[in-house]
Amino acid sequence: MTSQPRTLYQKIWDAHTVETRDDGTALIFIDRHLVHEVTSPQAFEALRVAGRKVRRPDLTLAVPDHNLPTTARRTASGARVPIADLESAAQLEALEKNAPAFGIRYIGDADVEQGIVHVVGPEQGFSLPGATIVCGDSHTACHGGLGALAFGIGTSEVEHVLATQTLLLKQSKTMEVRVEGALAPSVSPKDLILHIIGVVGTAGGTGHVMEYRGKVFEEMSIEGRLTVCNMSIEAGARAGLIAPDEKTFAFLKGRPYAPKGADWDAAVAWWKSLATDPGATYDKSVTIQAADVQPTVTWGTSPEDVVAIGGVVPDPASFAEPSKQDAARASLEYMGLEPGQRMDEIEIQNVFIGSCTNSRIEDLRAAAAVLKGKTKAPNVRWGIVVPGSGLVKRQAEEEGLDKIFTAAGLEWREPGCSACLGMNPDKIPAGERCASTSNRNFVGRQGPGARTHLVSPAMAAAAAVTGRLTDVRKL
Amino acid sequence: MEPIKQVEGRAIPFGRKNVDTDVIVPSKWLKTITREGLGKGAFESLRQDPDNLFDCAEFKGSPILIAGDNFGCGSSREHAAWALLDLGITCVIAPSFSDIFSGNAFKNGILTVVLPQDQVDRLLEVAKTDPIAIDLETQTVTTPFQDRFTFEIDPFRKHCLLNGLDEVGLTLARDAAISTYEQKHRAELPWLAAGTGVAA
Repeated sequence: MTSQPRTLYQKIWDAHTVETRDDGTALIFIDRHLVHEVTSPQAFEALRVAGRKVRRPDLTLAVPDHNLPTTARRTASGARVPIADLESAAQLEALEKNAPAFGIRYIGDADVEQGIVHVVGPEQGFSLPGATIVCGDSHTACHGGLGALAFGIGTSEVEHVLATQTLLLKQSKTMEVRVEGALAPSVSPKDLILHIIGVVGTAGGTGHVMEYRGKVFEEMSIEGRLTVCNMSIEAGARAGLIAPDEKTFAFLKGRPYAPKGADWDAAVAWWKSLATDPGATYDKSVTIQAADVQPTVTWGTSPEDVVAIGGVVPDPASFAEPSKQDAARASLEYMGLEPGQRMDEIEIQNVFIGSCTNSRIEDLRAAAAVLKGKTKAPNVRWGIVVPGSGLVKRQAEEEGLDKIFTAAGLEWREPGCSACLGMNPDKIPAGERCASTSNRNFVGRQGPGARTHLVSPAMAAAAAVTGRLTDVRKL
Repeated sequence: MEPIKQVEGRAIPFGRKNVDTDVIVPSKWLKTITREGLGKGAFESLRQDPDNLFDCAEFKGSPILIAGDNFGCGSSREHAAWALLDLGITCVIAPSFSDIFSGNAFKNGILTVVLPQDQVDRLLEVAKTDPIAIDLETQTVTTPFQDRFTFEIDPFRKHCLLNGLDEVGLTLARDAAISTYEQKHRAELPWLAAGTGVAA
């Protein structure tokens, strides 16, 4: 072992290296593999065709999320409510059959533990600090909020992990994202990560693993850290990391798959050793002043198209690069916006509170705090609150949050990916706008022609109340 | 996987920057349980335009796509690679690619070629009227006008692409090394090696 100072990333990498080839490619052991219905059918099929088995079914957890409708899944008598979209139903059925056929623990569509993979993993204590975690979904970066090296993979890699419990990887470069100072009141982790993506750009983190550092993150809740790391991929970084600390340990203690008894003490001792050593260096470093971060919204069709809520739609001509000018023009045409238009005058017709970015209990509390005693504006046609898991749903109901949402005229749904990605019935109609707590404002992401403005849960709630993008601090 | 040595033909002069995988294949096409037939959904929103590059007589079925910076950003869907293959594209040239996309492309036998922006601009110009050729063995891109650009590629990826090797099969051959690691892992971090507790 080297005695040189190492980063958190390097320590996790070293602890998981099975072997390294001369060209620097390493076989990396994978501790945790989350499987959902969209990116796994072809992987299981390939195993079946080749007569291969799952090497470590005990390190794999399967749960459906992307295709599931967020309406009731069982009738009063307990019968399954059929899924109208036959392709969705076939994909869900494939996972339901593949998981037991390969000996993998499966959380079913109506189990209280069901939810979005990236909510379920941490919640079940399946995702742990220092672990290597993969899933056929780019927002796997999320689990880095616990101090795990977590990243999205494609279906061939899903197959590779199922068959070998390893991946062939080259070490990433490291990028330090240092945030100095403290966030202003009513500025959330979502605002911070949107701001960071605006500074770094959607390709700024390509080839890198980001480590978020600074007092802001030490003081941030685990839910907030998961939100920040979740969107690392929107800055091009395959993974984001925040060093595990007492908050992380408190969050995990007692969760179903978290270590127990003497194992717990041993685990905590190891987790404490993972933080980046003083003197360790990064390949790239960016410093952000927390005081610069305002409640932030997107104006375009790339997550880097951000502006403070008090700002205006930018003029495409204001960008230095010609290609960015063209992209901005195309974005504004798609979004139906004019340069110079005030962001807080943009009317919205839909509100979506949910997704792996912002569907945890703290997110729902933040939205409910804004909505309490208020109702949605008449021009808000559809508002939907989708908890990240059945357990989040139950907790929210125990706290009475569901009543606040429904009294405000929003719908309270069953857990799933919902309107984040247009694969299930929750879609935004063409030409309509949505204030959305999700992670991508791509063209057509929430449905063909849908116009997405990415916001925090509190800002989505504020938009529901006024019917336009709104500075939550003014409510 | 099909070995890939040379790719030659007309190249689609797409050139667009930050093309995300939702553009390459929208999410409604992700509901398949097989790898075939996704070409229908490839670039669906762009192909609504009857004059689009992908369906015009000149470029339909072209094996090469030339794109802008950060091609394949966004979701990890391998369907993006499958959709390109189904369209007949086996090589994409761009100034940069997203990490996940380039991995997915490689695993499906699609060659991703990274060249500096000025060389990509030159190829975009040539591609409007003439074919281009990529040779993986010599790592070069050439045009009928004596342009000759060299590109870097990871030696392991090159070896796999040239020989059409299946990565899962290669790794399974390392079973002994993986087993040795697993024993060490169980001894040092037993709580991490425990997982869900189902029988392994």
